[in-house]
Amino acid sequence: MSIDFLPDKPIYQQLIDRITGEIIRGNVKPGEKLPSVREYAVEVGVNANTMQRVYKELEMMRISETKRGQGTFVTDNETRLQQLRDEVKEGLVESFLNSIEALGFSKKEMIEFIQTRERGEKQ
Amino acid sequence: MIALEQVEKNYGKKQALKGVNLIIPPGKIIGLVGENGSGKSTLLKIIAGLTTPSSGTIQVNGIKATRSIASKVAYMPDADVFYPIFSVEKLFRFYETQFEDFNYSKACIVAQYLNIPLEAKLKTLSKGNRGRAKMAATLGREASYYLLDEPFSGFDPLVREDIIKGMIQFTDPETQTVLMSTHEIKEAEPLLDAIILLNHGKILAYEEVETIRDQFRMDSITWMTKLIKEGDLSGNETYR
Repeated sequence: MSIDFLPDKPIYQQLIDRITGEIIRGNVKPGEKLPSVREYAVEVGVNANTMQRVYKELEMMRISETKRGQGTFVTDNETRLQQLRDEVKEGLVESFLNSIEALGFSKKEMIEFIQTRERGEKQ
Repeated sequence: MIALEQVEKNYGKKQALKGVNLIIPPGKIIGLVGENGSGKSTLLKIIAGLTTPSSGTIQVNGIKATRSIASKVAYMPDADVFYPIFSVEKLFRFYETQFEDFNYSKACIVAQYLNIPLEAKLKTLSKGNRGRAKMAATLGREASYYLLDEPFSGFDPLVREDIIKGMIQFTDPETQTVLMSTHEIKEAEPLLDAIILLNHGKILAYEEVETIRDQFRMDSITWMTKLIKEGDLSGNETYR
């Protein structure tokens, strides 16, 4: 299935986000083999050169490793994967804070609102 | 590498191409975009050696493009009428007699991948399946260059997706180059390394897709529309 890309961000970046998202969600497990560059390119309908770049970047980020003659695997380094989780969390919070700041909400106000909402859902 | 220098093409008084300079490196998928009548088809035909420029030079791998360049370049025309009385198999057999680089079994693998029955006559196939068969015949050639004129036009999204997947699956990104004209920019964009924007027979811009997104923070359609508007306003049509 081809996917829709956001217009204002490089395609390779969006693919990196997509793969790291799958890892964080647990759909792709530590140590699991990733599809080949060509297979993945066909699956999402992107240029193989773009996919090559995605795999190269993931490797540089130490999220994946290529074993000669065997293919590319998600790292089984749990520390690195925990770090990745934290990085993504940080990114989400950062963008949330930017959004509320732009609209003039205070952090305190939002935290209180989230807590009230949580209590409401539990009852 | 394909290299064009000061290429001009006139049809009577109409100037289809005005001083085009262009370098296309190997191993890229490049989109040729622009409004109707901007010169896209003419440019493809000139590179394919199917029409001669009024002036200027075109070289493909250092060899001047003439009719004989057809053996290096796989050109796929826009036309829907494509040997109607042939079966798909017969079409492939015919291609085999015409092109030294045609690989019959590769064409059959592509056809199978695109779910085209080999025994079916082209005229009995749906328009979408004729498009898939045409693509299979083209990709059956082990050419260094594929020149595709509007490979998606007139097809529904499923056929377009199949054609895109066939292109990714059956071309080698390191050695083969695809140059294709298209109006379906949104769908083609993820497939492309770079985009050449033609406007009134001139190259208005030639940019990598990721650069457009990264530097200008816009997708290719927005970028193209903006450039054409600016170009028309300022009358400035030159680039590179």
